[in-house]
Amino acid sequence: MPKTWRNHVLLAYSLAIIAFLYLPLVILAAYSFNASRVNAVWSGFTVDWYLSLFKNRRVLEALTNSLIIAFFSTIVSTILGTTAAIALNRYKFKYQNVINGLLYLPILIPEIVMGLSLLVLFSQAHFPLGKGTLVLAHITFCVSFVVITVNARLEGMKPEYEQAAMDLYATPWQTFRYITLPIAMPGIVAGALIAFTLSIDDFIISFFVAGPNSTTLPLYIYAMVKRGISPEINALSTLMMIVTVSLVIIAQILQPQHTSKKEE
Amino acid sequence: MKEMVRVQGIKKVFDDTVVIPGLDLIINDGEFLTLLGPSGCGKTTLLRMIAGLETPTEGTIYLDGKDMTKLPPYKRDVNMVFQNYALFPHMDVEENIRFGLKMKQVPKDEQDVRVEKLLKLTHLEKFRHRFPSEMSGGQQQRVAIARALVNNPKVLLLDEPLGALDYQLRKKLQIELKNLQRQLGITFIFVTHDQEEALTMSDRIVVMNEGEIEQDDTPGNLYHKPQTRFVAKFIGETNFLEQEDGSTNVMRPEKLNLCPEGFHGQDHPKPKLFGTITDVIFYGTIDKVFVKLDDSEQKVVAYQYFDDIKKWQAGERVGIWWYPQDEVMVHK
Amino acid sequence: MKNGKLMVLPTVAWLSLFFVIPMLIVVAVSFASRTAYGQVVFNFTFANYARITESLYLSIFAQTFIVAVITTLFTIVMAYPLAYYIASLPKKWQQPGLILVMVPFWINFLIRSYAWVIILRTQGVLNTILMKLGLITIPMQFLYNDMAVLLGMIYSLLPFMVLPVYVSIEQLDRRLLEAASDLGASPFTAFRKVTLPLTMPGVAAGTILVFISSLGMFIVPDVMGGAKSALIGNVIQNQFLSARDWPFGSALSIVLAVMSLVLIILYYKAIQGQKGGKSQNA
Repeated sequence: MPKTWRNHVLLAYSLAIIAFLYLPLVILAAYSFNASRVNAVWSGFTVDWYLSLFKNRRVLEALTNSLIIAFFSTIVSTILGTTAAIALNRYKFKYQNVINGLLYLPILIPEIVMGLSLLVLFSQAHFPLGKGTLVLAHITFCVSFVVITVNARLEGMKPEYEQAAMDLYATPWQTFRYITLPIAMPGIVAGALIAFTLSIDDFIISFFVAGPNSTTLPLYIYAMVKRGISPEINALSTLMMIVTVSLVIIAQILQPQHTSKKEE
Repeated sequence: MKEMVRVQGIKKVFDDTVVIPGLDLIINDGEFLTLLGPSGCGKTTLLRMIAGLETPTEGTIYLDGKDMTKLPPYKRDVNMVFQNYALFPHMDVEENIRFGLKMKQVPKDEQDVRVEKLLKLTHLEKFRHRFPSEMSGGQQQRVAIARALVNNPKVLLLDEPLGALDYQLRKKLQIELKNLQRQLGITFIFVTHDQEEALTMSDRIVVMNEGEIEQDDTPGNLYHKPQTRFVAKFIGETNFLEQEDGSTNVMRPEKLNLCPEGFHGQDHPKPKLFGTITDVIFYGTIDKVFVKLDDSEQKVVAYQYFDDIKKWQAGERVGIWWYPQDEVMVHK
Repeated sequence: MKNGKLMVLPTVAWLSLFFVIPMLIVVAVSFASRTAYGQVVFNFTFANYARITESLYLSIFAQTFIVAVITTLFTIVMAYPLAYYIASLPKKWQQPGLILVMVPFWINFLIRSYAWVIILRTQGVLNTILMKLGLITIPMQFLYNDMAVLLGMIYSLLPFMVLPVYVSIEQLDRRLLEAASDLGASPFTAFRKVTLPLTMPGVAAGTILVFISSLGMFIVPDVMGGAKSALIGNVIQNQFLSARDWPFGSALSIVLAVMSLVLIILYYKAIQGQKGGKSQNA
């Protein structure tokens, strides 16, 4: 096969798959501007569905819940994840494998299992389900992602920086404050953004541990999806997609560009 | 001479591996001392113990007469230039240089004066607001030196500071660094594995091998009067001529002279060895002539100025002679 | 900082409390039984595990497995050429190409499944187009069947496959391919004998990621599947939220978790293979 011909086929195939990935999302977004409420025929452009979202008391309530929960889980999981990543990066631990396992398993285990195990915990401990349990659950699954993100940043950071600071009269606290923290900061911000995104976006685990009056946006969307199609869900879903994607792209930009390659 | 650093009975063990079994060393004020040795010989470990970045397993380190073995690095009046400079990537040149003064809480006016002085001394005025990533290796190296010297340390520690630079630049900075040290009169402890670098810059060289001092001497003595086979082999090119009494005659190639077999002149000693030339390699000002000795597998190398007497050819039979005062006998 | 080590403690404590202990409680509950009102009673029994071997549940496990296998195969076939193409792009286009593939992965499964509902439902985009074109006269039922579930699963999990395969192709030493063609191998032979075997660890890693995710999936079948397309995830969800048989639900999820753990261990082996492959190439 001639090389160019092969490349064209490969390109066409790749574009087809990218189209497959994006087409449903584009259609969803497009229909959020369709004037027709009931059917798929395009009957004109409107932003009514977006406007009605902002008048819908239940949507606003779900949004508030989502933001409150994401805010607290981001703060706690970022602190926990950052401290753990720094400790793991700077010190050798006797039970390194056990600690790594503990940190990475929550990512790898099916979410549904994690969700129901938390439900079982809260019910056995007679802990009422609500925003509190949602925050606890979200922190739990966000921590590991923060550890990974901050760790990626710290891996590229040589211990010499801290040694140099100590050599230049910085106490351990000053070294942490003026050297470790600022250098790790892009990783920490990226980790926080990822935690925020995961929390705002989470459905499965929230589904198990939410209680009355703690409906989040994904839970609200689910309830509406189960009742049928409506242009408001299209609009809400489109907004969620935009927020999620923007946050992730910002986090990506903050991530170090393959530090290992530079060294090679 | 005033004593500046005293290393006494230092032992260092890393997880069951003995890096330094036991070492004593005195470094004088204003001296340019080099720790020279192959990688893994313990020279960097010794330097890091003086900096306080490693703790000795046993022994004591004195700075200017005071025991500082237990002091953390940030309480020692020594500063270090790291191998890859370890410039803080999130600070510009000026902030990097100012860091130590800020941590020591030197008054702001004085900080400004001292930073300015060092920027000038290291020719970095133009680069003051550059970040390390925007500078060449040589410039970064100067920042690292300025960042250490601004604190007026009693001792400056340099861990292979020129290792990452190319040959030409290294040569240039060797001279700059040596001049800087003379000008400031600060004690420099310099770590390198490059014997040429050590010979050109140092007042005194400590050759280390497997955590122990092989020889502690001036550059001239190290080259001309090596005390061990290791030193002779590590520094320069050498021929080892085994003696019957078990000692070894260490002959530098430039001290060996060749003459045609049977035709040696009267004005120099008689040849002691004979052999056949195997290779003659052109090296600019000299020829390296390799001679396989008779009755042995050993090859010796002699440097000959080919334009003086004659051009040697492979296959020629030769006698090898030298002056008795050039013999250096080593016993280990 | 001697006490710097302690910084790991809060996180370890947190995850012990909210990850390990809940798992242990689930294990305990899986050996318990329940009252008529759904209360958990801790009397040690294997009944829940015995119940899994009933043909109804075995067939659901089988169904879940089949869906996972088919999903995995499709994602390999779709992801490999795409990953190969991205890896063959000039360096500066690779990162954007990869981000393009990974962006949908960050949008949650719920919204992505719902997007398909808009397209596939009876008054949906696809039926409307087909009717406009005169290809059909009455709307066709695309949704709420096994095919829809498969489509949704493949769609959702495809990015999981692209990433590890891309990494393994990107790490491949191009000189090996040049050497192969230098030794007279045709491009196809070079691909089959060199590229494919050397990128297998990436495919293995992707396979395990996709497989684990499809085993635990319950949104896609919930939103796009019919009553008969339930997978193990849906059964577990149902035991906890409608049937209120937590002991049985726990037993099911323990089985699911154990299967996932085995796959995770295999995943690490695959990852290590990938790393080993890299150092051999270097």
